[in-house]
Parts: sequence; structure tokens; C-alpha cells
Amino acid sequence: MTFNIYDFTSFNRWIDEGLNSIMSPTWALITEMAIIGIVFLLFYAVVGLFLVYAERKVCAFMQNRVGPNRVGPYGIFQTIADFIKLLMKELVYIKDSDKLLFNLAPFIVIIASFMALSAVPFAKGLHAIDFDIGILYVIAVSSLGVVGILLAGWSSNNKYSLIGAMRSGAQIVSYELSVGLSLLTIIVLAGTMQFSEIVEMQRNGWFIFKGHIPAVIAFIVFLIASTAETNRGPFDLAEAESELTAGFHTEYSGIKFAFFFLAEYMNMFLVASIGATVFWGGWMPFHVSGWAGFNTIMDYIPPFVWYIGKTAFIIWLMMLFKWTFPRLRIDQLLTLEWKYLLPINLVNILFMAFLVLMHWHF
Amino acid sequence: MKEIVNLPVSKIEEEEYHINMGPQHPSTHGVLRLLVSLQGEMVKSLKPHCGYIHRGIEKMCEKDTYPQVIHLTDRMDYLSAHINNHAVCLLVEKALEIEVPERVKYIRTIMDELTRIQSHQLWWSSFGMDLGGLTCFFYGLRDREMILDIWEETTGSRFLQSYNCPGGVMQDIHPNFQKKVHAFIKTFKKKIKDYDRLLSGNVIFENRSQGVGLLSKEDAISYGVTGPSGRGSGWSCDIRKVEPYSMYSQVHFNEVLRYECDTYARYMVRMQEMHESMNIIEQLIDNIPEGDHSAKMKAVIKLPAGEYFQRVESARGELGVYVVSDGNKTPYRMKFRTPSFTNLGVLDHISRGMKIADLVAIGASLDLVIPDIDR
Repeated sequence: MTFNIYDFTSFNRWIDEGLNSIMSPTWALITEMAIIGIVFLLFYAVVGLFLVYAERKVCAFMQNRVGPNRVGPYGIFQTIADFIKLLMKELVYIKDSDKLLFNLAPFIVIIASFMALSAVPFAKGLHAIDFDIGILYVIAVSSLGVVGILLAGWSSNNKYSLIGAMRSGAQIVSYELSVGLSLLTIIVLAGTMQFSEIVEMQRNGWFIFKGHIPAVIAFIVFLIASTAETNRGPFDLAEAESELTAGFHTEYSGIKFAFFFLAEYMNMFLVASIGATVFWGGWMPFHVSGWAGFNTIMDYIPPFVWYIGKTAFIIWLMMLFKWTFPRLRIDQLLTLEWKYLLPINLVNILFMAFLVLMHWHF
Repeated sequence: MKEIVNLPVSKIEEEEYHINMGPQHPSTHGVLRLLVSLQGEMVKSLKPHCGYIHRGIEKMCEKDTYPQVIHLTDRMDYLSAHINNHAVCLLVEKALEIEVPERVKYIRTIMDELTRIQSHQLWWSSFGMDLGGLTCFFYGLRDREMILDIWEETTGSRFLQSYNCPGGVMQDIHPNFQKKVHAFIKTFKKKIKDYDRLLSGNVIFENRSQGVGLLSKEDAISYGVTGPSGRGSGWSCDIRKVEPYSMYSQVHFNEVLRYECDTYARYMVRMQEMHESMNIIEQLIDNIPEGDHSAKMKAVIKLPAGEYFQRVESARGELGVYVVSDGNKTPYRMKFRTPSFTNLGVLDHISRGMKIADLVAIGASLDLVIPDIDR
């Protein structure tokens, strides 16, 4: 076995060959799928719990508080305790609710974020699937989540939930455009939609440096639009607690609420991952072309650490937004998208195309 | 001044989309119920339903002696507890024609202004929270804590002090009082800049509040919207200026007026009022004269038969106390004209045609305290 923290390709091959030598290829494939599924579930749970903890600590830092500090050292087990509490809570049956859709909605939301996560490259050779249309796949799959939110709002037989769901629908459908277009700007530069290739192309400089001005504009637009797409403050209109109590998940309790809760944080993790991969090079270390010594030192830091660091930075930015800004109104939200972000984006793509055509990028 | 046109009253139809905001709702800050009829996100009309926290304070007053009544007034507008007490005390003193010592006037005025500041701090906190800026809540409460500490030391209570009594105040101020008030003002003058940075200058906040909930001066007068809400419409209605009591005739301060008539104007009036209150306190705090903390009062206070009225400027507007006495030690009838109740009346008028999110902002800008509405 050749386990290498800098390259997981040989490790994967070792598992694959090992499984194939003890069982038929079909069963080996099924076993591999099961292993990946379990690993992803564990990863999902751990990241979700950690993000909730991180959010509470960042929020506390912003608000002159200490944050969770009782359960375990620095309160790190607080979210686990919370999760156990949520698991044990009663699932309240809502009168006159559409039972099938009501129960189905949290799963759709969570499955959407789960599926999108599978395309993210965590390190070299460490990704579940590597589509040649990876970005298209992520955009398509992550937008499925809105179906779950709409169903949740519709089926709970609650007027607040319905308003929240409608807001969420309008919001996500609008901002999906900006997310897609800002990623498209980078695709113009990269010339590929495959995540592994996009990362590989950033070996001698991340796209945000390579594409300079249009890439920075695209990143800012992406950050705003993805914050809106994940229904996070200042764009958390779907669950605006001062207006709609809790929006689309008002009527959910116990584990079903936990699903929405977890999915929200995982969506944040997902968009931060995509942002980090497409704009900041994903797991690719920071390289400056020509500085061989510097690049070698940077290469000693494992790719997974690079990836987590960049993702954490973007998540941190999104958390700062949430705890600083007041919430927008629904018409202002849509104005921002359709009158500002979308035209900026379209012009930006042209600008980028021109840049690529003239070879003005690095 | 620009022309303001509010949408006309529409008939409430059966097919309308009604939602009940409250009695349990995060943005009504208590048990107020607003029956809102919507058209999409737009508010077509709303009906406030009061009474969920009605405790019959006015009726209870008829059974209580005047010193006891003071403790009930705390529970009306709990954020202006001291000012409510002050109103009843002024009324009793006026009826009995008692001249209170100078020291009492100073202490009462300083306490009034501290009350106003902490009320506005809490309002700012919850206003930010209503607009979705949750961090505001903690900033406001952090600074409010200093005032509560000052009160705790002097009055023995942090929230509902019942510090006033007819003829004076319950006990003399604590030796640390002046020092602590100075420390508070020094700190808060720095902190209030953070408030502006966090909310006032924020572009999202400006978009959310400017041009929202327009209340013309004429409407403010005809609906009786007093206090900072009325002054945001350019109506000069500060009782401290119109009919000065205690030390207000002898201190220099500006009546804050804004003419934009919107939520932003009401917001800015309160922000400015905090500065003015600090200004008033600074003028008084070092000059508190020596003397008794209370005038000599009879053991049993009986008001001569007749009708009495006293009004003061509470943190929310004009608080009127009306008493009919038949010469007994308890009032025959006691009526409070509370600012929150009158200000609530205009909510339907100014939020018509606005979005739900605006309704929350408008409600917050009127600074309603629900126990003050229901009494």
C-alpha cells in the first residue's frame, strides 16, 4: 500500500484492486459505492456539526459574547448535545398538512446538498465523481433544494411557511442565474467544466489572480449570489424570523428540523467549496511561477489543508455578512439581482472573453 | 415638505389572505395581535387587537393609595418606569401644592434622562433585530447594562425601580452615583458611534427605512402620535419644552425634529435624543444641590376633591395622568393616556400598501411597548 497524503490516486487504486481480487467486479463496485456513501455521510455529519459550532462561536465573537463553553472544552460538544436533543424530540403532527410532501421535503433538501457535495474535489484523487461537466452538474443538483423548500412551505398548512417558501423560490431561482454566470466567467478562462482539470490548471496561479479584474468581480458576485442562494443573512428572507417567525420550516420539529438546519450549513459549505475550487484553486497550494523554492515549501502543506483553509475562509466571510448586515426586503433583493448583479455579470463575461481572446490573462 | 398620500381604507373581503401577527410573534415584542390582510407580500390593511396583557391597572388604582399607585405605573411602560412614577408624583404634588426640594428635582430629571437613554438603547437593539441585524441586540443591551447597574446601586432595583414617591424620592442617591454616571456618559459617547457605524450608515438599512411608513405632520397631529415618532414628522410635541416640569426649564437642550416623516426620521430622532439626554445629564450631574431627598409629607395622602391632570414626556411620547378625586386617600377614577396606545392607532394608516418586512420596520420605529398599550 502506498498511502500518500499529497496524492490519493494510488491509495484509491489499492482499494479498488484489493476489492476486485476478493470479489466479482460488480460486487466490488457496489462495495465501493457503499464505502463512499458511508464516508460521505460521516463527513456530512461532522462538517455540519462543526459548522454549527463555528457559526455560534463567530456569532459570539461578533456580539461580545463567549458562545458555547459548557459542554466539553470550549463547548465543542455543544452541537452534539443539541443534535441528540433534536433526535429525541417529538415529531409534531400538523393538522391538515399534506403528510407525504411534508415528510418528503427535508429529504429533498438534504439529498440535493448531498449530491452536489459528491462532485467537489477535496484533494488530488479525493473526489467521488469527476464529471467532465462538473460545474454544470453542481449547479443543476444544488438547485433541486428549492423544490424541497417549496414543498415544505406548501405542505405545512401554515401561512407564514407559504410566504417564506414563495420568497425562497423567487430568491433562489433569481440568484441561481448569478451563481451560474459568475462560474461561467471562470469557465471561459479555464476552457473546461471538469473540476479536476480546473484545479490542475491553477497550478501556476489561482484563477482569481490569473483572471485579475473580471475574476475578482466574478468572485464578489459569486459570494453575494451564493450567500443569497443558501438563504443566509442578509438574504435570509425565507426564514426571516422577525417577519415570518421561522419561514418555511416553522412547523418542523425534531429530526426533520435538524435536516433543514444541517442542509443549510452544508449548502454553505458546498458553495464555499465551489468558490474555493473555482476561484482559489481548491486543494492546489499557493504557487508563484518562477519561485521554485517558495513553491516547494508550499507543496509541503497537504492539499486537504489548503482546501479546508480556503473553504473555511469563505465560510467565515459569509458568517461575518450574516452577523453584520440587516436583512433586505424582497423587492430590494430581486432588484439587486436583476438590475445590478445580472447586468454586471453579463458584461463581465464579455470582458473575460475579450481578455482570454487577447491573452491578457496571466 | 413633500406631499404624502396614504392609500385609502379598503373593505376587508372574505377572500383576502389574512395572517395573524401575534399574539406570539417575534416582532411584536409582546402579546400584541395584528390581523393583517395581505395581497401577496403587500399589506392591504391591518387591525390591531389589544387586550392580551390587560391587567386592569386603572381599576386597580381605584383601590390603592397614591404611594401604592406608583408601583402600578412601573408596570405600564416598563422601559420608562421612572418617568411614569414621575408623572404620578408630579400630579400628587401639584394637587397638594407641595414644593419639592431642589435636590429632588435634579435627581428626578437625571433619572428621567437615564431612563430615556436606556429605553432608546433597548429600542435600538430590537429595531436592529427586527430588521435582521442580530448583532445590534447585543451591542444595545451591553451598554444598557451600565445604566441598570447605576440604578441598582441607588434605587435597589434594576428595572422597575419605584424610586419616586410623592414629595421626593425613596432614598438619597448612592455616593458613587455621580462618578458612575460620568463613567457611563464617557463610555456611551464612544459606543454610540458604533451604533451609527453598524446601522445608521448601512446602505441596506437606509434602503429598508427611507421612504417607508410615511406619516405626515397633519396625520401625526390628528392621530395624536407624540414622542419621537411624532417629532420624526416634524411635529414639535416635546412636553419637556411645551410644558416644562422639574428641571427641564433650566437646562439647555434641543428638541430633535426631523422632517422626512419616514421610519428613518423616527430612527434618527431617537439616536439624536440619546445625545440630547446625555447633554442634559452632563449639565445637571455636577450641580446636584445639597438638601433633603424628600419633602415633608403627611402619613396618609389625601387629594382634595377635584380633577387633576399632569403630563410628562416619556421615552415613547406624551404620558398623561388624569385623576378624579373625591377627597379620599384613593382616587375615585384614574386614567392614563399612554403614548404606545395612541401611537399604535396610526400603524394601520401608515403601513397600508407596504410590504410585510416594512410593517415590521414601521412597528419597530413606533417603539411600541405592549403592556403600555393594554395597561
